[in-house]
Amino acid sequence: MAEIIKKATRESYGEALTELAEEFPELVVLDADLAAATKTGIFKKKYPERFFDCGIAEANLIGVAAGLASCGKIPFASSFAMFAAGRAYEQIRNSVGYPHLNVKIGATHAGISVGEDGATHQCCEDIGLMRTIPGMVILNPADDVEAKAAVRAAILHKGPVYLRFGRLPVPVLNDPATYHFEIGRGVTLRDGKDITIIATGLMVAEAVTAAADLEKEGIDARVINIHTIKPIDREIVLKAARETGRIVTVEEHSVIGGLGEAVCGVVCEEYPVPVARIGVEDRFGYSGPAAVLLKQFGLCAENIVSTVKKALNK
Amino acid sequence: MDEQLKRELKKKACRIRLGAVEGVFCAKAGHPGGALSMADILAYLYFKEMRVDPANPAWEDRDRFVLSKGHACPSLYAALALRGFFPMEEMKTLRHPGAMLQGHPDMKHIPGVDMTTGSLGQGVSAACGMALAGKISRKDYRVYAILGDGEIEEGQVWESAMFAAHNKLDNLCIFVDNNGLQIDGRVADVCSPYPIPEKFAAFGFHTITINGHDFDQIEAAVKDAKMTKGKPTAIIAKTIKGKDVSYMEDNVNWHGAAPNAEQYEIAVEDLKAVLAGLEDE
Repeated sequence: MAEIIKKATRESYGEALTELAEEFPELVVLDADLAAATKTGIFKKKYPERFFDCGIAEANLIGVAAGLASCGKIPFASSFAMFAAGRAYEQIRNSVGYPHLNVKIGATHAGISVGEDGATHQCCEDIGLMRTIPGMVILNPADDVEAKAAVRAAILHKGPVYLRFGRLPVPVLNDPATYHFEIGRGVTLRDGKDITIIATGLMVAEAVTAAADLEKEGIDARVINIHTIKPIDREIVLKAARETGRIVTVEEHSVIGGLGEAVCGVVCEEYPVPVARIGVEDRFGYSGPAAVLLKQFGLCAENIVSTVKKALNK
Repeated sequence: MDEQLKRELKKKACRIRLGAVEGVFCAKAGHPGGALSMADILAYLYFKEMRVDPANPAWEDRDRFVLSKGHACPSLYAALALRGFFPMEEMKTLRHPGAMLQGHPDMKHIPGVDMTTGSLGQGVSAACGMALAGKISRKDYRVYAILGDGEIEEGQVWESAMFAAHNKLDNLCIFVDNNGLQIDGRVADVCSPYPIPEKFAAFGFHTITINGHDFDQIEAAVKDAKMTKGKPTAIIAKTIKGKDVSYMEDNVNWHGAAPNAEQYEIAVEDLKAVLAGLEDE
């Protein structure tokens, strides 16, 4: 078996910005004293004249990005998810969302997999916060290939986009030669008729592993990767509901406000089927190695397998 | 300043005040006090200083204006209407359902509004972004912003001040409309932002303190700001809240209240008297 290549999507973010800089001369990058961690430092090194550090001041970071966008620039405002979506929520809502400015928010270190830094830095609420802002597009890529494609798609999309990246290296699932990314279009990674696992971000790889394990036990699970949380691909979700009758959602985010609720919203309105949500339950995280935390919070293939079996009464 | 021009600008300021008061009266809600205090600065910017084109509000080489104290928008709207961005008639439907003129500035729908504002402290960051974009693109437009003196209690103002000075945004000129009052009382009593010039100076601004109702001083300060290289300028304008409406002047109760019909009549009489005085000069 070939060795699995792993890479953190924040790394892909920094590389993609750098790779796309020539093609998009209006692209500028802002950070809030986290360039080394968000990986915008890669861009800064090559394009120092198009990189602006706002210091530890996320409210101003978002406002400056809004002003730049109003003058035709395509700013990527970068910070950790906690400080972008959390600290600067109201700036994103009022200075970016309401005027529908062409600002891209590159939020890294999302979710529980931040690990050792603990609960203050483990943002599991960002998708919920961003979903409430009218017109906001939310992209949560699963691997390196998808993350880079998401950055390009965000540039081409006119309007605000929230991009969510992780700290933890994750397996590269997609083939860059054939992978096609479209905002709002989910990806069926594996067909199946018994149940559908809908995953996003770094949970997609776990969902693929879980489906392979389930197959050994005679369960044919469909796996869908939802990289665009908003606007969500209603069609792919409803097709799964109709054809498989049961859905399990998996996300490294609170079960409140995230993918699970978005999927529930779609099926409840048009084709109600049971949906089990795997995510961070209504509680805060704590310090520890990412791999350990993911297991302890049930964000792993084993828990997906057991949740699927429970859903199927097996 | 030439006396003829000064008289013209004074008249414009008075018409801005009339428009603002009409808007707030018709809306039965709004913020007349802080709208009236900054009317002279707006008159100077829109009728003497700023490079704008009402026929092409999105002109990319235009000077920008950000009303960071967005609640004072009735005066901004009146200035834009007088400058030709939209008909003065729009003032009558300020804050009405479905109308163009929102309770706080909305850049998406109102021609001439360069930034959506209203949540205090945010406008000045956007103004920094505009000034930075001008630097990156080597454009010679200038960016103006008006902040409230209560507004500068917001921490984001100081984040942006640090950013503006650090990036040497000498194409940015901000006014602090120092009328001394905020909703809960005198700014000095609520949570004092004083001393204001010293604070901005400490953050790396060139600072100028003026009487915000004196056109000679406004002009001198704006010219001084344009001559200042390597740093942004903060003009601290001492003003009177509710200026030129007798019962509103320096009265905190008129921060966010609309006049009734009788009060509106008095306001119009007061302002028309000012206008008549200018005609006689």
